[in-house]
Amino acid sequence: MTSPAEADAGSEVVNAGRPQPRRGISLSDAGPPIALVVIFGVFAVLSPDFRTLSNVQNVLDAAAVLAVVTCGISFVLMMGSIDLSAPGIMGASAIAVALLVANNRNDNDFGLFGVAVAVLLGAALGCLSGLALVVLKVPSFMTTLGISAVGLGVATLMFAGVQPNVTDPMLEGWAVERFLGLAHLTWIAVACVLVGVLVQRYSRLGRYAFAIGGAEEVLGLSGVRVAPYKVAVFTMAGAFYGLAGVLVTSQLSAGLVQAGKGYDFSAITAAVVGGTLLTGGRGGILHSAVGVLLVTVLTNGLVQVGVSPYWQGGVQGLIVVAAVAAAVLPQRRRNQVTK
Amino acid sequence: MTTNLQTQPDPRVPAPAPALEVRGLVKHYPGVKALDGVDLVVRQHEVLGLAGENGAGKSTLLKALVGLVRPDGGEIWVRGEKVRLRSVVDAADHGIGMVFQEQSLVPNLTAAENIVLGSEGPGVRRGIYRWNTMRRLAQEQLDKIGSHIDPLARTDTLSFADRQMVEIAKVLRIEERTSHPPVIILDEPTSVLESKEIETLFTQVRRLREFASVVFVSHRLDEVLDVCDRVAVLRGGRSVGEVPSADAAPAELHRMMIGSTGSDDHYHGAVAERPDEARRPRLVVRGLSGKSFRDVDLDVHAGEIVGIVGVHGSGREDVCRALFGAEPTTAGEVVLDGEKLDLSGTRAACAAGVGYVPAERKTEGMVGPMSVADNMTLTKQQSRCTGPLVRPRKQATLVDRWIERLSIRTPHRGTAIQRLSGGNQQKVVLARWLVAGDVRLLLLDHPTRGLDIGARSEVYRLMRELAGSGVATVLLADSLEEAIGMSDRIIVMSDGRATTEVAAPPGGKPTPLDLVKEMV
Repeated sequence: MTSPAEADAGSEVVNAGRPQPRRGISLSDAGPPIALVVIFGVFAVLSPDFRTLSNVQNVLDAAAVLAVVTCGISFVLMMGSIDLSAPGIMGASAIAVALLVANNRNDNDFGLFGVAVAVLLGAALGCLSGLALVVLKVPSFMTTLGISAVGLGVATLMFAGVQPNVTDPMLEGWAVERFLGLAHLTWIAVACVLVGVLVQRYSRLGRYAFAIGGAEEVLGLSGVRVAPYKVAVFTMAGAFYGLAGVLVTSQLSAGLVQAGKGYDFSAITAAVVGGTLLTGGRGGILHSAVGVLLVTVLTNGLVQVGVSPYWQGGVQGLIVVAAVAAAVLPQRRRNQVTK
Repeated sequence: MTTNLQTQPDPRVPAPAPALEVRGLVKHYPGVKALDGVDLVVRQHEVLGLAGENGAGKSTLLKALVGLVRPDGGEIWVRGEKVRLRSVVDAADHGIGMVFQEQSLVPNLTAAENIVLGSEGPGVRRGIYRWNTMRRLAQEQLDKIGSHIDPLARTDTLSFADRQMVEIAKVLRIEERTSHPPVIILDEPTSVLESKEIETLFTQVRRLREFASVVFVSHRLDEVLDVCDRVAVLRGGRSVGEVPSADAAPAELHRMMIGSTGSDDHYHGAVAERPDEARRPRLVVRGLSGKSFRDVDLDVHAGEIVGIVGVHGSGREDVCRALFGAEPTTAGEVVLDGEKLDLSGTRAACAAGVGYVPAERKTEGMVGPMSVADNMTLTKQQSRCTGPLVRPRKQATLVDRWIERLSIRTPHRGTAIQRLSGGNQQKVVLARWLVAGDVRLLLLDHPTRGLDIGARSEVYRLMRELAGSGVATVLLADSLEEAIGMSDRIIVMSDGRATTEVAAPPGGKPTPLDLVKEMV
């Protein structure tokens, strides 16, 4: 009974060779990498300083923290939720790690263990966002905004008016020591992207996050409980923000409450520019990584060609609105309700 | 002709227990009895057709069978065992699965993932995907139905027909949960398919019979008769009979679906006197084409009610929306009172004096938490404003006048519209187009949907009054009787084209059967 009964049997039957999830390559997938190459080329032509090897190293190093934050936020955006908690969580973890490794405020010297605690603190705060979303049914926009404020509050309490300066050689070394021309921080970010890609492709968590953004009701009809996966995604995102806070502390050699300021918006910009839809279900870590490079190259390049840094904020804002508009263009229909 | 009600299985006959049996299923919704004691037997290895008009209770019954709706009364038996189905998973554990009308696949996952979704089994170990295993599991399912889809293709890159195969493959996974032949429910599986794809689907359905029982629901009666062994008919939430499909004709089936005519034709009479001027048509539609309709011609005179009838998928709803500028058109011209009507958007239509009452009152027709007064003046803002400013007293006077005129039963004009009964809500929605006194064409999409008989007749009376005052009306009726009773002329649409026109003057009404012949 498995014999094909229909006439269309022998037509263009494609049988899969490799166990790779195949995706249709569309313009929206190819667009951001092309844009990256074009923008890079334009700046390289315009500015001799831009095309130096050391500047390329600078760009990559400057992208590190943003890349880690974007790894976390991408999973949330993939689900169709939004996460604004990065600044608060990064602030809390930045102060926490500064107080746990060797510093000028107390006698702690926990080293890597301190880093792990800071990451876990981030995960715990992210978990709170997720729980508020699924248990209290508060929209992610509001819960994460609240958690961000909570994180800043926790950071301010620990800060207690005296800035903790890091004296731990390991943590300070991350920002200055280089391997193959790139700071250790940058390699940590690369590792995060790799982990993110693996989670997205090969874990149920990653695939379900993708599916939740695609058609959440269908998961329910298929007997999947989505709530635990949502909480897990927010927890994972929190862990990434926690790590990002640690990286900022390493760069500054000091714990700052404001360590994560602006990273929420930059990360959303990067993810969206890279091709992740705010409505969920499209995009991914690699998309976002391209987006991070796009944003960083643009920032760096504009400075190199002599545009005042005071323009940067406004330019970034325009880019994100334009990118979102371009992304939703094919889906517009008459009488569409946009909120 | 056989309309025997085989509801009570004889306990003395040791026939194999039916795959699925429903006894006296009851489900109430506020104001509506969706299921009023439905009996249904699905035998093992048979394809049972389920037919019924809109609102006959088909979808509620199906939802109850897969645990999405909890019945208020009655019993569901699976292979001689009484069961209680609380969820889709519950139903799957008992071997019942459904291919939903709106496809329920995650578009951005691969076909393989969709097929095993929620029951990945060995495809996922410790939260890590085994793509090879996953593909093998999916391939096994696809092999069962002889489909050649690449399991690792992204679902949204597949054609609609292929996606349907994926759905069937997915539903067949419930075989893993039970050792018995499963019951597969197909809800309107052909509504969006091309004829060649339909043939393929039918081949699949017949193949399914080898190892499963199938419940097949479709609006197209010829299809039902073609593919099914037996057809059960629902009407008004009750089972009205079963026919072996070998000796039934579509028209006969339809007669069972709509029942005896004339039972609720209280609105047939009382035709308002209309000035019988020799009129040019008020609305002239020529060659209107859009996504789901082609070359539609339509004339409506002032004071005339023209009904459009057609089965699900005939495109009549889209024509109605297109006339209001709410659905894009690709060709055609619409002239209202000698002036070309701009179909580019709803604003232009409103300004030209076109009114539209959407079928989905709660989501499209009204703003629930807003007051009666605000809902009534929602469109014609100028009727309550001076420039940009709302004049509360002007609004109050106007709204109160219309509340009285249409005898809308509301405690106050400030009451939130969602607290009113359906009939009164609908009157407010209609009044929205009347307050400015400039409405020339009314498009009524199922204006009596979900209303009880009393409210219906009030809406009917209102429609007649409006027609009497010269408004041209296009009516998409809830039932054939309603279309016949209310319309002066009836246009039959089928497959996106206006195929026939039937005159329906008072005293010369066609019977539902006359129309059905044209529809199927």
